[in-house]
Amino acid sequence: MNEKVLMSGNHIIGEAAVRAGCRFYAGYPITPQNELTEYMASAMSRLGDGTFIQAESEIAAINMVIGASMAGCRAMTSSSSPGISLKQEGISFLSAMELPAVIVNCMRGGPGLGNIAPSQGDYFQATRGGGHGDYRNIVLAPGSGQEIADLTAKAFEYADKYRTPVMILQDGMMGQMMEPVIFPDPIDPTKLPPKPWTLDGADGRPSRVIKSLLLDPLVEEALNWKLFERYEEISRAIQASETYMTSDADLAVIAYGTAARIAKGAVKRARQAGLKVGLFRPITLWPFPKDSLLEINKQIKNFLVFEMSTGQMVEDVRLSLEGAGRVHFYGRPGGPVSTPHEIEGEIRKIYEIRA
Amino acid sequence: MSKKIFSRPKYLKDAAFHYCPGCGHSIAHRLVAEVIEELDIGKIAIGVPPAGCAVLAYDYFDVDIAEAAHGRAAAVATGIKRVHPDKIVFAYQGDGDIAAIGTAETIHAANRGERISTFFINNGVYGMTGGQMAPTTMLGQGSTTTPGGRSMIRDGGPLNLSEMLGLVDGAVYIERVAVNSVKNIRNAKKAITKSFKVQMANLGYSMVEILSPCPTNWKMTPVEACKWIDEHMTKVFPIKVIKDQVGKI
Repeated sequence: MNEKVLMSGNHIIGEAAVRAGCRFYAGYPITPQNELTEYMASAMSRLGDGTFIQAESEIAAINMVIGASMAGCRAMTSSSSPGISLKQEGISFLSAMELPAVIVNCMRGGPGLGNIAPSQGDYFQATRGGGHGDYRNIVLAPGSGQEIADLTAKAFEYADKYRTPVMILQDGMMGQMMEPVIFPDPIDPTKLPPKPWTLDGADGRPSRVIKSLLLDPLVEEALNWKLFERYEEISRAIQASETYMTSDADLAVIAYGTAARIAKGAVKRARQAGLKVGLFRPITLWPFPKDSLLEINKQIKNFLVFEMSTGQMVEDVRLSLEGAGRVHFYGRPGGPVSTPHEIEGEIRKIYEIRA
Repeated sequence: MSKKIFSRPKYLKDAAFHYCPGCGHSIAHRLVAEVIEELDIGKIAIGVPPAGCAVLAYDYFDVDIAEAAHGRAAAVATGIKRVHPDKIVFAYQGDGDIAAIGTAETIHAANRGERISTFFINNGVYGMTGGQMAPTTMLGQGSTTTPGGRSMIRDGGPLNLSEMLGLVDGAVYIERVAVNSVKNIRNAKKAITKSFKVQMANLGYSMVEILSPCPTNWKMTPVEACKWIDEHMTKVFPIKVIKDQVGKI
């Protein structure tokens, strides 16, 4: 087993990406994710067989990733909320051209320039496609340093397997916080399965085109249905979530990422007070882990969704439950980080209403 | 016995161009394909066409093609070339693509000295979208968005991207040519050849700007359009070597 090390979330993503065979990174400075860009600069310089480019813009960075992906390389870019908005055109193109890529969003307070505090205001943007057109992205929301490492590896695996961009959605707190982590053994990128669609020169084979202009509406429709079927397959295959103390619970708090860690503290406190509360933590935000939510919904009919926003994931909770439960919401948008005590207070309010 | 003296270049597919009669794209495509064949780089060439009239370049070039978003060819080409430094990567872009929406990508790719060849078709107009003002539209020139002609006060003047790139360290060879006469076409081919050779020798960024007639949107006959390039366009966009740190190659 590899040694346990203490690293910040942003550095963990960098190291996990390199170990997953990522050999191309392009990025642009923006807080609170600069440590990742810097890590990739030094890692690619050390490796010798990788490319790091500090791009002139977020738009250029994502388009460099597009080029690297077309060329068959495991490629990544990262940014924070305003920069991710700029990358949306490229993410739409990646989806249209069925290109793998990993995009990290270290969310900060918004809208607009906002601030650099942790926030979860980009849930809609991440899970609804974000850019133009009828597409989805896989969105992974780690809840600990170890999970950042595990999900980064998975992000590259899913991206290649489903030929789709994958977003790792975290926030400034996850990115900056140092936690213990054990990394997997590194993958040799030259040993990854060959991709029979990449552009590397038409030597001994017919020339290839990777494009997204499909002027014939019937051809564009066919692509959309093809993508839809893949999204259905992804929805069946990769939903992931964690449940904590739900087996006897009559109320579940639902939260992801940083919010879930705060919520876990609140659940522990509420349990000490004798309240039968559990936690449901989505790990894949798209596909939303509907199946496991419906599983606990057989027993739990009361939910408190807690987000660091005015309420975005709560819509997926309601859509999943289709009325089979009472859904409460508590949110703090724009950067303030709630305490477990604060969330415990919200839990108690629900019990008081019911009492 | 008959001797074949002219044929379709090996790396142009057997397809009829969709370009309008008198358009310079067809000539530029042919020149690029001829040079790819002559330098025997067809098996390692990867082209990056733009959004614009040449977006359908993949229907014509029989080499690997990566279609880029509008203006992003230089960034996409950068990604490809960095992963495959042993391949020959070329961007083929129009004036709106390269000198308006993609200016930043172009200047910074040049500044990094990316080992790519860029072919910049300057016809002073957004062709595919129906004749709007391009960054290279001349002062006084009509377009669907410059009623009464391009005005310095309202629209600014034509942008000399090639001269700008001439100031950039990473760019080692920048030349402006035209495809409006036999003589100019022959010189254009020499410039395209040199640009590819610069890349093959791993020397840095190079670009060939190609003044190209657009009779449809200029509302001229093809002959008038070719003449207009000589009489008007070359006054603002002179045909010349703008920067050459390479010399003979």
